[in-house]
Amino acid sequence: MTDRLQGAPATGEPVLSLRGISKHFGAVSALTDIDLDVHAGEVVALVGDNGAGKSTLVKILSGVHQPSAGTIRFQGETVTLDDPSAALSLGIATVFQDLALCENLDVVANIFLGKELNPLQMDEVSMETRSWTLLNELSARIPSVRVAVASLSGGQRQTVAIARSLLLDPKLILLDEPTAALGVAQTAEVLDLIERVRDRGLAVVMISHNMEDVRAVADRIVVLRLGKNNGEFTPDASNEALVSAITGASNNSVSRRAGRRQAQAAQHPESGQ
Amino acid sequence: MTDNSKSGAPAAPMLDRRDERVAHSASIGDSIRAFLDRIRSGDLGMLPVIVGLVIIWTVFSILNPVFLTPNNLVNLLFDSSTVGIISLGIVCMLMVGEIDLSVGSVSGVASAILGVLWVNQGVPAGFAILAAVAAGALIGFLYAQLFNRFGMPSFVATLAGLLTFLGLQLYLLGTTGSINLPYGSPLVRFGQLMVMPAIVSVILAAVPGVVMLYTGYRTAARRRAAGLSSQSSTGIITRAVAVTVVAELVVAYLNQGRGVPWMFGLFVGLVLAMQYALTRTRWGRSMFAVGGNREAARRAGINVRAIYTSAFVCCSTLAAFGGVMAASRLASSSQQAGTGDVNLNAIAAAVIGGTSLFGGRGSAYSALLGIIVIQSISSGLTLLDLSSSLRYMITGGVLAIAVIVDSLARRSRVSHGRA
Repeated sequence: MTDRLQGAPATGEPVLSLRGISKHFGAVSALTDIDLDVHAGEVVALVGDNGAGKSTLVKILSGVHQPSAGTIRFQGETVTLDDPSAALSLGIATVFQDLALCENLDVVANIFLGKELNPLQMDEVSMETRSWTLLNELSARIPSVRVAVASLSGGQRQTVAIARSLLLDPKLILLDEPTAALGVAQTAEVLDLIERVRDRGLAVVMISHNMEDVRAVADRIVVLRLGKNNGEFTPDASNEALVSAITGASNNSVSRRAGRRQAQAAQHPESGQ
Repeated sequence: MTDNSKSGAPAAPMLDRRDERVAHSASIGDSIRAFLDRIRSGDLGMLPVIVGLVIIWTVFSILNPVFLTPNNLVNLLFDSSTVGIISLGIVCMLMVGEIDLSVGSVSGVASAILGVLWVNQGVPAGFAILAAVAAGALIGFLYAQLFNRFGMPSFVATLAGLLTFLGLQLYLLGTTGSINLPYGSPLVRFGQLMVMPAIVSVILAAVPGVVMLYTGYRTAARRRAAGLSSQSSTGIITRAVAVTVVAELVVAYLNQGRGVPWMFGLFVGLVLAMQYALTRTRWGRSMFAVGGNREAARRAGINVRAIYTSAFVCCSTLAAFGGVMAASRLASSSQQAGTGDVNLNAIAAAVIGGTSLFGGRGSAYSALLGIIVIQSISSGLTLLDLSSSLRYMITGGVLAIAVIVDSLARRSRVSHGRA
């Protein structure tokens, strides 16, 4: 793997700092007392089982939901994110799991949605050029930026959504399952891109179910379980430790297999490496 | 998905022509093929209404040759303008996926306000018109509040408004029931008589072509400079010439009769302004986005409530203005103004013209083409001396066909991966 310093950037004032964030939907507590710090130039992976509250947390950070309790500090200031435009103007860009694209509009219109150049006489030429630049940076394979998003494949839509998040030079990027719909090559591209974004000094929060992707790019792994913080790991933490933090059980197939391996290694010390 | 690497090809093609999987139409034959493909996949655009118009005009001119005489068409354009302006507002509402069922009543209220203020109270006509239109804007704002704050479906809110404002119209007009507007006043002459001098109409008909030529060339030059593919000069010229020829032929034919009504000129001007606002401004883009995917628009930072408010206000304001025009056309503010088929004609015109009932698709031109279809049917049936009972049934049938076409086209677009 790369020789970067694991966990090194976690110094100084965090870009984003959450304290005691809770969110209730009626009787359901989706999030309870979440604390999270994200520093500039750092990729934090948010992992957890289905229903752990990852997407809810992302929606709070992007201004879609408002927290029931707790404080959000962004670049040292306490902020309230009343709506998505508040988050966008602070410099928090989000790629949602459902991508939130308008299928009846073309690629350029989606990338520039809400931030069109020259509002009274839209500058279509500059917008199209900028779209191509963004998409080419992502090595995207979009046939034409003048086709409606409805005619694009899942992976192509994902790329459009990521390109859109980069448009405004954000300080913090939230990626909700960025690689779930992608092919092998595109997953690699997106992971490369995440590293490039980190190297530009941006903070990245990424949700993923894919432990391989998480280990490949994350500087820290934050585990949520049933809406609560459930440990923080470095990428070289064992799979066993991660899975037991995610599921909350120490007895599962992963730990059993690890146990069998250890037992085998003990029986045949010469066959193990 | 083809994943063989081909980015960074040695001879760098234009920025938007690097993907070799996409067929780009180069010759006119290719363009026609691409057009046919679009039609087949359900992206019909203006085609159904143009086909419908040709059929309707052919049938009526066979049944009664008077139908296609210049003077009948001039009359038809006078009649189209009033409801057409109302229909333009409906296009706004349909664009965001909502509907206003009360445009008829709102136009009636506006005509009542005009009559009461101008004739009964002696307020100058200009102020009376302004007050009537402002009342429309206020009504739209009220609907928007009901919709945004209480989550009242636009369908119900405006249905309640339909009755409320019909009542207000009757209340304003009082026991007399009808106020005659002074003949010979500029407003009534505008609604009944005023036509463009031949030379003015010929010049105005040439304007769209010239503008198309100018913007076409400018855009092409800018796209070339930015390294994007651009439309060929032949394409730009062909289009501009075609538009100019059609417009000049229409104008020349109408000038054989009374000439082009100023009111129709105003209507076309409003249509063009609305089309520009919808396609070339951030507001218009937001309208499409809200109609297409409300939640995505919200997450992109668009103020969705403000967009809905603007749509409601736009619709009711245009309805009120249409009501003023209708009053000037009839030279009276009566209890009948805005009742009967005005409501449905306005909505039907927008839908027949190709603006989708499902939101996020359409254009201002649909109001223009749609209302001409509706008025052609109405005028043709009147010439045949058919009663209004038959007229209603036939117009209803045409509306049903238009909605069926819209629904089928939508289904086909979904299965062909088009928006």
